Amino acid sequence: MQTSVAVQSSTLSSHDDRTLSLVFCAYTIAAAFWLLFATAVGVLMAYKFGAPDFGPGAWLTFGRLRPIHTNSTFYGWASVALVGLAYYVAARSSRARLYSAKLAWIGLALFNLAAVAGTIALDLGFNDGNLEYREWPWPIRLVFLAALLVTAWNLIGTVARRSTEDIYLSNWFTIGGVLWTCVIAIVAILPWYQYGLGQVSVSGFYMHNAVGMWFTPLALGVFYYALPKLLSRPIYSYALGVFAFWTNLVFYPIIGAHHFLFSPLPWFLQTTAIVFSVAMLVPVWGGSANFLLTMRGRMHGMSRSYPLMFIFVGVVGYLVGSTQGTFEAFRSLQEVWHFTNFTVGHSHLTMYGFVTFAIWGGIYALLPLATGKAPSQLGLTLHFWTALVGSFIYITSLSVGGTIQGLDWIRGLPFIQSVADMQSYWLWRGVGGSLMLLSHVVFAWNVWRMSYGVKPNASLDDSSATAEAEA
Amino acid sequence: MNKLVLIAGGSTLVYVALAVLMGVLPGFELSNIPPGPGVKPLTVLEAQGRDVYVASGCSYCHTQQVRPLQQDKVFGRPSAPGDFTYQTPELLGSQRTGPDLTNIGARQPSVVWQYIHLYNPRAVVPQSIMPAFEWMFQIVDHAPPGVAPVALPTAYAPARGVVVPTRDAQALIAYLLALKQAPFPGESGRSTAPINGAAGAPTSASAPVASSDETAQGGALFTATCAACHQATGEGLPGAFPALKGNSTINDADPTRHIQVVLNGLQGANVGGIVYPSPMPAFGTTLSDAEVASIINYERSSWGNQGTPVTREQVAAERAKGN
Repeated sequence: MQTSVAVQSSTLSSHDDRTLSLVFCAYTIAAAFWLLFATAVGVLMAYKFGAPDFGPGAWLTFGRLRPIHTNSTFYGWASVALVGLAYYVAARSSRARLYSAKLAWIGLALFNLAAVAGTIALDLGFNDGNLEYREWPWPIRLVFLAALLVTAWNLIGTVARRSTEDIYLSNWFTIGGVLWTCVIAIVAILPWYQYGLGQVSVSGFYMHNAVGMWFTPLALGVFYYALPKLLSRPIYSYALGVFAFWTNLVFYPIIGAHHFLFSPLPWFLQTTAIVFSVAMLVPVWGGSANFLLTMRGRMHGMSRSYPLMFIFVGVVGYLVGSTQGTFEAFRSLQEVWHFTNFTVGHSHLTMYGFVTFAIWGGIYALLPLATGKAPSQLGLTLHFWTALVGSFIYITSLSVGGTIQGLDWIRGLPFIQSVADMQSYWLWRGVGGSLMLLSHVVFAWNVWRMSYGVKPNASLDDSSATAEAEA
Repeated sequence: MNKLVLIAGGSTLVYVALAVLMGVLPGFELSNIPPGPGVKPLTVLEAQGRDVYVASGCSYCHTQQVRPLQQDKVFGRPSAPGDFTYQTPELLGSQRTGPDLTNIGARQPSVVWQYIHLYNPRAVVPQSIMPAFEWMFQIVDHAPPGVAPVALPTAYAPARGVVVPTRDAQALIAYLLALKQAPFPGESGRSTAPINGAAGAPTSASAPVASSDETAQGGALFTATCAACHQATGEGLPGAFPALKGNSTINDADPTRHIQVVLNGLQGANVGGIVYPSPMPAFGTTLSDAEVASIINYERSSWGNQGTPVTREQVAAERAKGN
């Protein structure tokens, strides 16, 4: 394992390249493991909706698996994969070597330690209050916080060494995202303002910010780097990207209370959240337009480049998922959809259709550049289409079923009717989820090809090789 | 370097300010809400039950917040800020795969039902998809002194021995039964809204012959209040809950005993020569006279039963007598 090189050098040696590539690979491999694990748990849970007596015993009960699924998706898969990408983007866009490989390894160890310990703790019933996305016992969340601090230090150190005048936009989003998430993690842990309804207001703030100030900026950072790279053209408007950065920063932290509409939280807090949920359309549509306009005129070539297709789905997922979120925040629609499976569909449209597809696009665009090894075309094709079709079935079935569930309640039917009416939608959700799991197995194979596979010298396609040379 | 400080430091300062404004300050403000009238802290056993609730992840499928919306009336009165003073961690929840539990202690007060349901929900609600919490129970030859074995229906009872709850199960059920909303000041404990939420308060339940509207309403009330134990078919669960179909009390021309049982509950019922150890809870405190009459008339005219209908006034008269 390489440690950081002490000697400052202005030119990048092949040793630095190899170190960066190793770090990027290791983060991606660890993340792929967590993705497989989290999805397998998800499919098991989906099966239990049709066969509730399957998998008896405390450790396989739904209420323990559910937080394991969400937390390992968030903090195992998406976080680790995005940090790996952020390191690569930071070093390459700054034309600098990684500030410290040692810190990167320590960070990776801490992320994985937290995820392993958190998973075991939850399965043993040590759940910090069923508070969504902060269920790990707080000492384990401190380990995650330590990993974030190490990452922030390392990213800032790397960008500080840049040999370019500007700080590339991607790094604004990734460095910002890591630092803001440190703040979120601290706010979530300190107890003094978290009693009774006070904790409800913190939960609203936390559960939305943990998503929107962490995964969103890091995934956007991937878009801003990988898209120009794949297309060999600059982003459509750099200024629009900067505008999206600041508006996202100011609007997002205010919308958390929309998770508690019609709750006993003060009405003005709920209304403020709704107003800013609408304001979120500004950074979302601005950002999406920026990506789509960057791709304009190059759509015909997209079908030949799976990395580009993954990113395209990610951009559409960002646009549609976030816009859907705004609509869900309206009281009139919330009356129907709140507490139903529609929200589970929404969370998969955003965490999967947006974040996960963005990560895949980034990995397929950049990991071959780092290692010189590419996945097979068959692997890319299989992964893309099973993931796309699987998630489409998943999201559609829960969106339709969730709407029926909400309407059943409004019609005043006996509660159990809403359970019975969901059965066929839950079955389809299981079908979609199984396809998603299948695609993740293919993804793991592709990651293996990109990291340990043979190096076919001339297999990288020309355009990305050129782009690499230009960077 | 200056640019980096501006972007990283500047944006983080902005974010800290917003986090304090939207997370920390409301948190401080709302952490100090005094308890509402009648809102009390949990007992030691109930608090242990709440820990079991958290460890088992119950709140991933069950909310504990009643919204001021028509469809939530079935779960109780709208939640108020003072209800949450003693609730840390908060368990408001975000999914209703199962029903809201804010007021479950009042809505489903039968201890026997709660134990059977926890052991295997499908024993009492065939369509339920809730996990079976069999691991919170033990099968023993004889129940230890002071612990009542779970009165499982025959189909779910073990071949030999009896099922007894562990300490975890006892604590959890104690907690669930403690989940009762304190009434708003100026209101009686009786439901302010019809318990089923499907129909408005009955206006004229005094007509001796039930109209079709009232039958529908009685059916909805029966589903929400009685069907969990006696089942929608009126056939009960052999070994646990007696059948109402063909039940002699219900087909008796004199409705006095039927009314008394619904209002005041029953202990050690002898139905058709079989003694049921499970007590039936009293519904006099949660149902109005008109609602009780609706339910009784539904039971007296369903599943082939042919009891004479009762009026709201008859129920009021029995209530005045006490038990």
